[in-house]
Amino acid sequence: MSAHPLLAVSEVETFYGRIQALRGVSLDVHQGEIVTLIGANGAGKSTLMMTICGSPQARSGRVLYDGQDITTFPTHQIMHMGIAQSPEGRRIFGRMTVMENLMIGASVADQKFFDEDLERAFALFPRLKDRRDQRGGTLSGGEQQMLAIARALMARPRLLLLDEPSLGLAPLVVKQIFGAIGELNRADGLTVFLVEQNAYHALKLAHRGYVMVNGQITMSGTGTELLARDEIRAAYLEGGAH
Amino acid sequence: MASMALKRSPRSILIDLAVTSFLALAIFGVMVGLRTETVPGGLELQPQWMSALLLVAAAVGGRAILLLTVWNRPEGAPSLIPAAVREGAGSAISRVGKVFGPALLVFALLLPFLPFTDRYILDLSILVLTYVMLGWGLNIVVGLAGLLDLGYVAFYAVGAYSYALLALHFGWSFWLCLPVAGILAAFWGIILGFPVLRLRGDYLAIVTLAFGEIIRVVLLNWYWFTGGPDGLSGIPRPSFFGIEFSRGEGGFADAFGLEYSSLHRIIFLYFLILALALLTNYVTMRLRRLPIGRAWEALREDEIACRSLGLNTTSVKLTAFATGAMFGGFAGAFFATRQGFISPESFTFIESALILAIVVLGGMGSQIGVVIASVALIGGFEVFREAEDYRMLIFGLAMVLIMIWRPRGLIATRAPSIFLREKKAVSGSLVAQGEGH
Repeated sequence: MSAHPLLAVSEVETFYGRIQALRGVSLDVHQGEIVTLIGANGAGKSTLMMTICGSPQARSGRVLYDGQDITTFPTHQIMHMGIAQSPEGRRIFGRMTVMENLMIGASVADQKFFDEDLERAFALFPRLKDRRDQRGGTLSGGEQQMLAIARALMARPRLLLLDEPSLGLAPLVVKQIFGAIGELNRADGLTVFLVEQNAYHALKLAHRGYVMVNGQITMSGTGTELLARDEIRAAYLEGGAH
Repeated sequence: MASMALKRSPRSILIDLAVTSFLALAIFGVMVGLRTETVPGGLELQPQWMSALLLVAAAVGGRAILLLTVWNRPEGAPSLIPAAVREGAGSAISRVGKVFGPALLVFALLLPFLPFTDRYILDLSILVLTYVMLGWGLNIVVGLAGLLDLGYVAFYAVGAYSYALLALHFGWSFWLCLPVAGILAAFWGIILGFPVLRLRGDYLAIVTLAFGEIIRVVLLNWYWFTGGPDGLSGIPRPSFFGIEFSRGEGGFADAFGLEYSSLHRIIFLYFLILALALLTNYVTMRLRRLPIGRAWEALREDEIACRSLGLNTTSVKLTAFATGAMFGGFAGAFFATRQGFISPESFTFIESALILAIVVLGGMGSQIGVVIASVALIGGFEVFREAEDYRMLIFGLAMVLIMIWRPRGLIATRAPSIFLREKKAVSGSLVAQGEGH
């Protein structure tokens, strides 16, 4: 592993007005890793994701990207530094075609790589190639998720942030999407930070994982370690009993 | 029908009608039934119960007819509007659009030389084209970027006053003033843009509405600068690149060896606004294919996704406001030179509403839709000029009906800004006829 982590979140506290969503969260993502953050609904997973992207900004604590403090940078600037995000709920541009969605994704990247990146995205999700002139809103849920990831990849990121890519998808599609994420990591060495409720798939895929409860990290370890722990099995894998 | 089960019982209909009559009485009884008349020494109430009762009767009667017919149709009964009309009309228009657009353009170019064209038709066409241009300008803000702007007329006013003041005080020519008017309007677009950047939807609409009114009120009250309610008169007419449209030596007719006609200036104005409108259209079409235009559309679709993809939504919004405002400013300069007189009267909220109606009615983001809606609305106003009292009623009704049948506007389909040209298989019979090579 390199000297300093690619993404280092330290003691971050984020508020929505007077409500505290994150209570001193620290975690690291190293170059070439897949790191997952699991937790129940409302634990603050997406808030952490959005705090990394600078909207909302952390009230205290720091977010370091590649050694640089990006805590107070505006979102669009952070997105120009090699971080790309596939937001929660996919948020694809419904009335625009698949191709147009991808082009907007590429707007922070150097245009000379566009064809190459497009080939790569289509190779990863061949379904998108067939549907490239179709409007985003007419795609199925799984295809929309593929489009959201492909759109983020068009920015040529070093760090890919994925917020609940399995949300509302059929098990078979989830498997396919997670397979693609693993493939990206293995083949291109892409660093991935994955926020998930689907703990089983996420922990199986990830090198390391963190567990968040009520805005705090309560556990961390390698994916296999966490999967083997009784608390995790009880809380997140067996019907969600507390 | 009698054999089918009706949805409403006679009792519920009677209760409904009782409520209707009570409401109608409450409204019309006060508003129509009691009329104030000015008499020496003050106001006097004059009861007009007959008219009020007639209105109540009309409301109750109308509702009774609807309750017994349209609203009382059994479940599953076929719709009153044939399916073909409901679905076919829009797609037919957009399909015809491909041929329709160029045909319309050729017609617009030839119009001044057609035998039936007279002064009245030309004036009306200039008016329609002005609204086409304004509609296209507003379409950038509302249709592409999805920012609801209810104060677009402010930029029209800025353009008009810019030209008028520069021409009157400094004697600048129209061609010099035109870009200046556009730049000033774009500048005001940015001024408006900054405070409203954080606002969305309804809140944005209210602020832009207020902005439109502020500009008008300032124009009305800044007497020494804008002439206040008196307006500005004697605004110079445009020349044909320096040649005046005047009678006699050195005039347009003289220079080109034509017989003098007052129509020359009108025809020139017609081509001027046609060129300006086409410029607006051309720039919009080009911008849609560029990253900035795509960013506008993405902003309309999902602002959060835009930010997560690294788009600076601040500058995306500002460029949309500024570009839309610039074309409003161009149109304003044209308006000033055409009228020769401007006053705040011409820049009321109803203008903003009319332009917005053109954009919404045409189908947000559709260029050809704006043309159709402008011709229908502005042309329609003229056609129904005879029925002065009822024309707003007719238009209100027409718009309600269109919004019921085509809720996304006349042209609802959005043409992609980029698509793969796939070679279509050409059948042998077509090749034999000389096609498909």
